[in-house]
Amino acid sequence: MTPLETGLFGNFTAVHLAYLFKSMGWTLLLSLLAFALGAVGGFGVMLARVSPRRWLRAAAMVYIEGVQGIPLLILLFIVYYGLSLYGYSLPALVAAGLAMMLYVSAYLGDIWRGCIEAMPRPQWEAAECLALTRWQTLRLVIVPQALRLSLPPTVGFLVQIIKMTSLASVIGFVELTRAGQVINNTIFQPFLIFSLVGAFYFALCYPLSRWSEAMEKKLNVANH
Amino acid sequence: MSRYTLDFSPLLGYWDVFLLGAWLTLQMTALAVVAGVAVGVLVAFGKRGRNRALAWTCTVYIEIVRNTPFLVQIFLFYFGLASFGLRMPTFTAAVLAMVINIAAYAAEIIRAGLESVPRGQIEAAECLGLSRWRIGWHVMLQPSIEKVYPALTSQFLLMMQASAMASQISAQELTAVANTVQSDTFRSLETYLVVAALYIALSLCIKGLAALLGRLVFRRRRVLSQAHRPGRRAVPAAAVGGTA
Repeated sequence: MTPLETGLFGNFTAVHLAYLFKSMGWTLLLSLLAFALGAVGGFGVMLARVSPRRWLRAAAMVYIEGVQGIPLLILLFIVYYGLSLYGYSLPALVAAGLAMMLYVSAYLGDIWRGCIEAMPRPQWEAAECLALTRWQTLRLVIVPQALRLSLPPTVGFLVQIIKMTSLASVIGFVELTRAGQVINNTIFQPFLIFSLVGAFYFALCYPLSRWSEAMEKKLNVANH
Repeated sequence: MSRYTLDFSPLLGYWDVFLLGAWLTLQMTALAVVAGVAVGVLVAFGKRGRNRALAWTCTVYIEIVRNTPFLVQIFLFYFGLASFGLRMPTFTAAVLAMVINIAAYAAEIIRAGLESVPRGQIEAAECLGLSRWRIGWHVMLQPSIEKVYPALTSQFLLMMQASAMASQISAQELTAVANTVQSDTFRSLETYLVVAALYIALSLCIKGLAALLGRLVFRRRRVLSQAHRPGRRAVPAAAVGGTA
């Protein structure tokens, strides 16, 4: 039966809609988990990238280039199958969270490195004149200023993270996309269901996109 | 807890399958990128144009694509259209979905480039009596593409990775091949590690190709890089001032 024959909503009921809403919560939870873990990892990667030690910089660079070259889907499979083969059977949420942490930390580390490096050199030199240690310089001088700069791209990347969580459906984690698939398997109305799922994602992502854009505009006004 | 040891030997017999998968992924990406950039240019001009309705349509299209996951877009495109009786081969569906996706991102990147063209240059071109099409092509599009070329390239790389999701509608490419091989050999971790390495190799390939293409296409950049090379005589000014 085509949607034209069953009517626009067909067998789609309020129960299905409630199920989608509930799974949106899981999407949000996974996004937050990925962002929190990725932020910790990303901060480490960023520190390594601006480290005075050459080998540490090189290692971080290889990590970033490597992870940015692998699709998240493959990374998910590696973590999911890899951990289970070594005897750790983890819930899909944890496996997805770990894989996304690897992925997110590479990107956030790269974004934040850019912000740190955008700080003017004299800031470092002035801190050195005040006899601040390297760690103090970063903590008290550079990072607080770079934070303002890093906010728009970080929020922009949050949108990417929310969209990325749709991949967790592949290893069986029931978030928004997986919920859509489950409903579709019972009532087979893919056009309606995936449009709705898309609308849910849009409702989550669009405000963040606009916020990131607005902040960026404000920064540009301040800088020019 | 059992100790697991990696064993890549069962995969050796599948080397040609892996290579075929990589080739298909590359093909898919190339097709999507070429068509996507072409559509993206049109959308970018449409969004900037005087026609309000067209500009609004372009904005809505860009925002919808950029704020929903590619996986959902593929499902909607493939299963959704099929439910209306419009069926197509999975490879075609995947490439078309990629074109729709990349066109929106490319449009936004190219638009940023177009916006950075100084107003004075366009006015100068108008004073010289260039037609609207020639202004669009020589004065606006070419320099903007050159300016945003790095951003476009990294978008292409992301698209190459996103093509892995085409395996979810069982289009044949590298990830789909991996899924088949791992269910044949029961060596899932090894298979995905090999595929990960192949993806890294592919993205290095694309990066290299993009850099080479940039050198070939953007004459101004080529001339400038030669002029800056130490130990060479500076290129005559006339050559630098060629078509930018």
